[in-house]
Amino acid sequence: MSDIETLAPETADAPAEGLGAAKTGLTEALLYLNGVTVTFDGFRALNELSFTVDPGEMRAIIGPNGAGKTTMMDVITGKTRPDKGDVYFNEGRTDLTKLDETEIVTLGIGRKFQKPTVFESHTVLDNLRLALKGQRAALANIFRKETAAERERIDEIFETIKLTEHRDRLGGNLSHGQKQWLEIGMLLAQDPKLLLVDEPVAGMTDAETAQTAELLREINANGHSVVVVEHDMTFVRDLGVRVLCLHEGSVLAEGTLDQVSANERVIEVYLGR
Amino acid sequence: MSTSDTRPPALLGTSGLIFIAVLVAAAILVPVLNLLTAPGSALHVPTYVVSLLGKYLTYALLALSVDLIWGYVGILSLGHGAFFALGGYAMGMYLMRQIGTRGVYGDPILPDFMVFLNWKELPWFWYGFDMFPFAAVMVVLAPGILALVFGWFAFRSRVTGVYLSIITQAMTFALLLAFFRNDMGFGGNNGLTDFKDILGFNIQADGTRATLFALSALALALGYVLCRYLVRSHFGKVLIAIRDAETRVRFTGYRAENYKLVAFVVSAALAGIAGALYVPQVGIINPSEFSPANSIEIIVWVAVGGRGTLVGAALGAVLVNYAKTYFTSGFLAPYWLFMLGGLFVAVTLFLPKGIVGTFYEWRDRRKAATGEADEPVAEPRPAE
Repeated sequence: MSDIETLAPETADAPAEGLGAAKTGLTEALLYLNGVTVTFDGFRALNELSFTVDPGEMRAIIGPNGAGKTTMMDVITGKTRPDKGDVYFNEGRTDLTKLDETEIVTLGIGRKFQKPTVFESHTVLDNLRLALKGQRAALANIFRKETAAERERIDEIFETIKLTEHRDRLGGNLSHGQKQWLEIGMLLAQDPKLLLVDEPVAGMTDAETAQTAELLREINANGHSVVVVEHDMTFVRDLGVRVLCLHEGSVLAEGTLDQVSANERVIEVYLGR
Repeated sequence: MSTSDTRPPALLGTSGLIFIAVLVAAAILVPVLNLLTAPGSALHVPTYVVSLLGKYLTYALLALSVDLIWGYVGILSLGHGAFFALGGYAMGMYLMRQIGTRGVYGDPILPDFMVFLNWKELPWFWYGFDMFPFAAVMVVLAPGILALVFGWFAFRSRVTGVYLSIITQAMTFALLLAFFRNDMGFGGNNGLTDFKDILGFNIQADGTRATLFALSALALALGYVLCRYLVRSHFGKVLIAIRDAETRVRFTGYRAENYKLVAFVVSAALAGIAGALYVPQVGIINPSEFSPANSIEIIVWVAVGGRGTLVGAALGAVLVNYAKTYFTSGFLAPYWLFMLGGLFVAVTLFLPKGIVGTFYEWRDRRKAATGEADEPVAEPRPAE
């Protein structure tokens, strides 16, 4: 532990090869971003963004539109490659910039999109079956049979997301809020180490919002790390976790919600006077 | 308390059972009525009708193969005629080699067109086609390998939607041009024809025709069961999920391109088998089978019958081709293509789910009204 390498960005240029690109000792964080920059046609979506998420931590990320919140998730999940900077997972053991989306999911990073995306013509039950951690190979899945353990796990998830009575309905027939919960349930079924949740309560009623906060707290209490991007301040307060405020692609402020919302710059660019 | 559904889902639904029953009945009745009744009898089915029905059944199998990828994975292939034609050519090559010395030029090895072109020896790719088992394997392998290579590149580069449709169309057009050339060694413009025997049986004989019909019905039934098994497996659920929300599938940890590739190759192999059964029944295979219009016509069959229903695809193929036979033989003949075009427009506008799809929707709504099932979902919108 004491021989931690320097955190200087230049160590990022050390040769790294795929999954074996270990940076053990670099960090103890589950997720480690350092100096990440992403440019689209000259626009800096992320500008030297650095932050970490500890194992078991839940973190809320706020910030105005265009602050880079979704781009940050795209970088972590392999959808967008950073121009420069380090993105490491599993205490620095895995370089995420070398992997594609599916490999990153397999490592244990689940993502919920801003717009709820469930499989509309499948039943709620089949949605969870598809998401459940297990065989992913095409040919093997032709002959796959569901095991008792899998059925039990699905029942547990139904209890958590409180959709048990909707199990045989089609995904496309659920209400907006129910779709959001189903998608969170699908993430849970993947059993990721880290859940990235993009605006889970957009378009929800107050009661649904409160329920969602409770659901995420429960998921976090069960040992999953969670990163939530959200605009809804009541919801962020309900979560009661450390908050990171992004602005123009970098970290503007970090701390408890009270500390962040007392920050002069945050008030100026985001909360308004 | 476990509430998960533990019953294994039935492989065939009601419509599937009816479909198989009709095919089995046809496979027995049509040959019996052809072979065992007197030609003058009211019950007699003439041999030309047997071959015509057999042709419809091979088209139905082709439509089934297209429905597997279009209806369940959302891959709109406008080049499936190519796989059908390749299967047909593999069978045609076998049939050519069976002619032997009975050809016009009487060459024991070389088919007539090669003698005509002054070729001295058989091209290497014709070797082995004198053996039926080899030809039978090629019927599946030739389209399968083309689909594997084509799909590997297309799906890996994430070509989807209309762009994929266009390159499938380009693929079949390129093959059309290639097979037109005499020096390709597949008979050029005239294709392969003048067949005599299949497995030692006279290809013109009533018994052979009846057997080919029964085999086509059997192939369609087995093809249906295979597709039905695939789309109801976990694999098939992933296919449907890809159709509805491909990005979500990737972020659920599935390699969508591998799933598409497997479905595409299975579909191409089925199309190849359909082509192989088609050729001995119509007696010819030529490059026009590769023409882009043929592939588009398959899409019309599937759309009319009902995309994503399997049974509907087969039904659509038979109905549209029956209409084609009926209308192209009368005074309406010059207007058939207008009718076909009109049919496609009408189905798209007024019956977007096709005949069988509309029936299923009506049935599901009725069940939903009595609380037995959930309302059917409107056409799933592709996510993001």
